[in-house]
Amino acid sequence: MEVYLDNSATTRCYEEVKDIVVRTMMEDYGNPSAMHLKGVQAENYVKEAAKEIAKTLKVRDKEIYFTSGGTESDNWALIGTAMANQRKGKHIITTVFEHAAVSAPIDWLEEQGFEITRIPVDEEGNLSLENLSEAVREDTILVSAMYVNNELGAVLPVEEMGRIIKEKNPDTLFHVDAIQAYGKYRIFPKKMKIDLLSVSSHKIHGPKGVGFLYIGDKVKIQPLILGGGQQNGMRSGTDNVPGIAGMGEAARIIYEHLEENTAHMRRLKEYFAEELKKIEGVEINGPRPSKGAPHILNASFLGVRSEVLLHSLEDKGIYVSAGSACSSHKRTGSASLGAIGLSPQRKESAIRFSFSEFTGKEELDYTLEALRELLPMLRRYARK
Amino acid sequence: MYKAFLIKYAEIAIKGKNRYIFEDALVQQIKYQLRNVEGTFQVVKEMGRIFVYPQGEYDYEEAVEALKRVFGIYGICPAVVLEDQGFEQLAKDVADYVKKVYGEKNLTFKVNTRRNKKSYPMQSMEVSSELGGVILDACPNMKVDVHHPQVTVNVEIRNKIYLYSENIPGPGGMPLGTNGSAMLLLSGGIDSPVAGYMIAKRGVTIDAVYFHAPPYTSERAKQKVIDLAKLVSRYAGPIRLHIVNFTDIQLYIYDKCPHEELTIIMRRYMMKIAEAFARQDNCMALVTGESIGQVASQTIHSLAATNEVCTMPVFRPLIGFDKQEIVDVALKIQTYETSILPYEDCCTIFVAKHPVTKPNIQVIRKSEERLQDKIEDMVKEAIETAETVICEAE
Repeated sequence: MEVYLDNSATTRCYEEVKDIVVRTMMEDYGNPSAMHLKGVQAENYVKEAAKEIAKTLKVRDKEIYFTSGGTESDNWALIGTAMANQRKGKHIITTVFEHAAVSAPIDWLEEQGFEITRIPVDEEGNLSLENLSEAVREDTILVSAMYVNNELGAVLPVEEMGRIIKEKNPDTLFHVDAIQAYGKYRIFPKKMKIDLLSVSSHKIHGPKGVGFLYIGDKVKIQPLILGGGQQNGMRSGTDNVPGIAGMGEAARIIYEHLEENTAHMRRLKEYFAEELKKIEGVEINGPRPSKGAPHILNASFLGVRSEVLLHSLEDKGIYVSAGSACSSHKRTGSASLGAIGLSPQRKESAIRFSFSEFTGKEELDYTLEALRELLPMLRRYARK
Repeated sequence: MYKAFLIKYAEIAIKGKNRYIFEDALVQQIKYQLRNVEGTFQVVKEMGRIFVYPQGEYDYEEAVEALKRVFGIYGICPAVVLEDQGFEQLAKDVADYVKKVYGEKNLTFKVNTRRNKKSYPMQSMEVSSELGGVILDACPNMKVDVHHPQVTVNVEIRNKIYLYSENIPGPGGMPLGTNGSAMLLLSGGIDSPVAGYMIAKRGVTIDAVYFHAPPYTSERAKQKVIDLAKLVSRYAGPIRLHIVNFTDIQLYIYDKCPHEELTIIMRRYMMKIAEAFARQDNCMALVTGESIGQVASQTIHSLAATNEVCTMPVFRPLIGFDKQEIVDVALKIQTYETSILPYEDCCTIFVAKHPVTKPNIQVIRKSEERLQDKIEDMVKEAIETAETVICEAE
């Protein structure tokens, strides 16, 4: 049996996505910037995708910019707005448990002379709105925060954050990394006062190598990729038509049955968490299962290093992700697990399970069975 | 410009009556290394020399890189091949050649002529001194120094005239296949690929054994070792790699023996298994990357304790090397970057905090008695179930 529980890393494509990708590669393969009919046909796919995506966010399709994926969207949102608004101020606010696609460009901006405030989170991944409110200043040009934490499934109160930020400083831009949230939540940037929103296609059953950045029409941002002037000069490079069309299709499908699917994932997650708790030496990390995102569950299996458990599960056809990458010599704990103050024992033994609409209960039962069988054996052979 | 490579080899030249064996092996290895280089090449032995003749267009850089990986080669001299059209033409060609290669540089030089074709109307010394004058005229920045020249312009007059002055160093050593074969204990670390390279350099063909411990070591760790074997095989030729599943043996030792002796006992079984494969593959020796004192299992006591289980000679070419010296070779043969990828290998997963550094062989033997119920069957099974992969440079 193959059980794929690593849907936060990437997902399998929808059949419909595959079809449209193949079609745009083999039949309607024109360059959307070309003047002839073949180009126009290809352009229509791009327009259609923008329209579908815009609909899910209740924004205008002109506000959707296609990128090479979540990392580019985050980089662009941060660096592009910091550069364009630095005369207004050089203060940026973020959280301590961002994905590297946000934290690395933030660190770079810090080296370039921007002042960074990193707001802490508690052990369940909660962020204090008071802290946020206090941090926003007159010279704060940007707040960047993730909607759903990729390792723990912690959910930030994005709507309240948007309100608080704008109350304190209406000019401060609000960027949300929604890579783990899009396709799980209904996100309405206008209502939530989000100015920029990063999304990746392959987390929502679309193809890899494509994503988008929503940029509100009043946002001042500088392009990072210069060239032939595609996408209104904001992001040059020939449009990745198969990727964009595939992502548009995935977005359409995933939002069609959103509530149904997320309820299904949450039921699975809560069931899985309950059963895990019955196993000795298992601790759930991050938010309570009922509170976090519907598709991510992080747990520590005390006394077994994550890497070893991961490979043992892999042997049984079960694919999960290690909470932290570690080797015998260097232990480089993951950012999120460290940020919520997990003990080294819990960090070293953390495993992330992430579900999708395709996950079934029998797969979880199979996984639980495997865990019950493996854990006593693996614990016996712990490093002394 | 270069229509031939003159291959220099030092050590083979002193091999007396067996010399042809070494030369033939060298020719064969040169052909093997050139097989993937763009162009076709003729490799010939003539008059105590080996020449590589590119046939038509070829990629010079690639060809030199390939030749630099052939053990037994001490120097590679790219040569210009000229038709004998009289001395005047030769003088012109030599002047053009020196101008093209050395241009305006301030260098000292001499001309060295060898005249195999005795019918050539001038004597060697005469040719040298005349050509020296020609070069001085053509390159005003160059000066003659017959004792310690920076550049020696060699002119060999045969049926054709060969002109060469560069000597690109080869790897040295002996041609592969002239010294039997040996079994390398290959881990994912920095040392063992270097050890394999060093032994192969002496003309020894290499097979290898790797101990895999799933789920404690990952599929990537195994792939890394295969990649390393492929990198070594760029020099050492195709490597037969035996991948042994060592988990059960390791856990059994863990269960039965004192924890601080685990690594030593484990390594003793690794040696035994490696020796069994060595016999299977007709190898005459084992090769490890050990160096005295590097880690607990490589103290002189530990080495003696591991060595004790083998009857074959164990070659440890890095035994007197410091880590940095090993790293330098690893960088040179381009295994370093792969070696440092952070995947755990089976030697580190259960390592004790304070492993024995001065194991007593009697005590170790005593501990091993606790394994006697199952260990022989387990070793046999590990050997029988091993996976064999032929690793060849791509």
